[in-house]
Amino acid sequence: MTDTLHARTQEAPASIDAPDRTRKARKRSTYPMWFYAPAGVIYGALFVIPTFASFYFALTRWTIFDSEFIGLENFTTFFAEPYLFESLLNTLFYATFTSGAKVVLGLLLAVFLSSQIIARGYLRSVVFFPVLVSAVGVGVTFSVLMDPFDGLINKALAVFGVEGPGWLTDPDLALFSVAFVDVWRGVGLATLIYIAGIVAIPQEYFEAAKVDGANAWHRFWHVTLPLMRPATTTVIILSLIGGLRSFDLIWTMTKGGPGFSSDVLASVVYKQYQAGFYGLSTAGNVVLFVLVAAIIIPLFWFLNRKEVDQ
Amino acid sequence: MSTAVQTSKLNRTYSRLGGLAGIIVTAVVFLVPFAFIFVTASKTRAEASLLEFSWPTEWAFVENLVEVVQSRDYILITAFINSTILTVGSVTIMVVVSAMVGYVLQRRKSRWNPLINFLVLAGLIVPPAVVPTIWVMQGLGIYKTLHGLILIEVAFGMAFCILMFRAFVSTIPRELDEAATMDGAGPVRLFFKVIFPLLRSVIVTVIVVQSVTVFNDFQNPLYFLPGDKGATVQVTLYNFQGQFSTSWNLLFMDILLITVPMLIMYIFFNRQIVAGMTSGAVKG
Repeated sequence: MTDTLHARTQEAPASIDAPDRTRKARKRSTYPMWFYAPAGVIYGALFVIPTFASFYFALTRWTIFDSEFIGLENFTTFFAEPYLFESLLNTLFYATFTSGAKVVLGLLLAVFLSSQIIARGYLRSVVFFPVLVSAVGVGVTFSVLMDPFDGLINKALAVFGVEGPGWLTDPDLALFSVAFVDVWRGVGLATLIYIAGIVAIPQEYFEAAKVDGANAWHRFWHVTLPLMRPATTTVIILSLIGGLRSFDLIWTMTKGGPGFSSDVLASVVYKQYQAGFYGLSTAGNVVLFVLVAAIIIPLFWFLNRKEVDQ
Repeated sequence: MSTAVQTSKLNRTYSRLGGLAGIIVTAVVFLVPFAFIFVTASKTRAEASLLEFSWPTEWAFVENLVEVVQSRDYILITAFINSTILTVGSVTIMVVVSAMVGYVLQRRKSRWNPLINFLVLAGLIVPPAVVPTIWVMQGLGIYKTLHGLILIEVAFGMAFCILMFRAFVSTIPRELDEAATMDGAGPVRLFFKVIFPLLRSVIVTVIVVQSVTVFNDFQNPLYFLPGDKGATVQVTLYNFQGQFSTSWNLLFMDILLITVPMLIMYIFFNRQIVAGMTSGAVKG
């Protein structure tokens, strides 16, 4: 019954002629609306409701059982406490650095790995494999490799007479080191996305450019690069979303330390949650939400608009 | 004529030198960390504590394997069982419910479509709010349960699957639906008997990509399924990091055990993984 009702209201604007409409309305739809139901229930209960609820609970002092409305106090705390505010800046740095590095390195690697070289398939596999290894596994491994005294990296540097820094123990360096490991793990994905883009460029373009006397550099700059815009959009958006929400790697490598020097929003949310400050934790979540939305939505719009203009 | 020969010679030199340089650089940057995991996992405790990148003088691979599996009352076995249930359960549900949504969303033009498309995009972008989710789960009585975590993974992974299915359904001709309907198939029969089997290739891709994601997930189990009883392999590894700080051989054996399933996946499903993870690269 409800199905038929739905069918009428739903189908009406799409159908063109009146007889078709009445016929469809009487029949049960081939594409019933209740197909949305199972997904909708799970998604609504565990994603949509908590997201909306977070806007309210961010304004409360909250112990899971009862909540007291305190207005914007959590947010004032958040922006007044230097270590909390710093996590916001750290998040921005982390996301920008990792996504920028993935774009540049990914593109260079992709151009290299789609040129005529031996062992190409093998090289692609090796570059990509870290993407599939869990962040915890990578994090634990690198926190050992980056040990200031016994770590393999500093031992290797010592062979060349360089005294390696305390990658994860130096407050100025810790966040950068984690970001570096993030790039190590994620560059394979960016590379593959770019390779897929390069493969899709018709060979005629390169041949035409060659006939016109373009050298390899010109071909890269004037043919490959402009046509890589959709791939670049994908890489930037994906790695920014991942970078802004990043938690696993930071938590396993530094736990936000030393001090609060490598804390990001996601790790602050977890720390406040552990400490029982649920309202403040949720406020951190809302800040992260606003940050992600404020960066990704305009960027998405901007990058896609440029495409249309061309 | 001679220039052509020269360029082809030049190309061959580039091909060899470039490939060789690539092999050396990737060996140092990408293979050494994995080799380090392997050799450390094979050493005795005393030798592993030196953290040297060297061939083990005395092989203790099997001993380490046995010890790490037996440690803390076989917690690793529990963890592998939990992770398997979590991965299989959530990916199965995810595939079925997302395929249903992707199919209707592509086929049926309704005024709800913009809203649903918006929700799907939001699912890709919006970071989940942690404590409110726990609050809802407590209300439903599924907090700290494995099936609760399964539903969480479904909710968070759904958006990607829907986009994949919607794109693929658009390549299936509508005439097929019409023919099946003519033959008397209802909407359920049409979807599960006709359309669903045709989605096979994209289903394989979605299964592989989401299995990797769910198996490797650390944050959600940490929040929504705390405690040793329900620990997944990632959380177990994280806990080992603190406890095994003096026995690196066991810690790295654990890392090795967690990495091997992914390696096997990659060897068998290389193509699907690449297709799934790079989808959207060309169309933007």
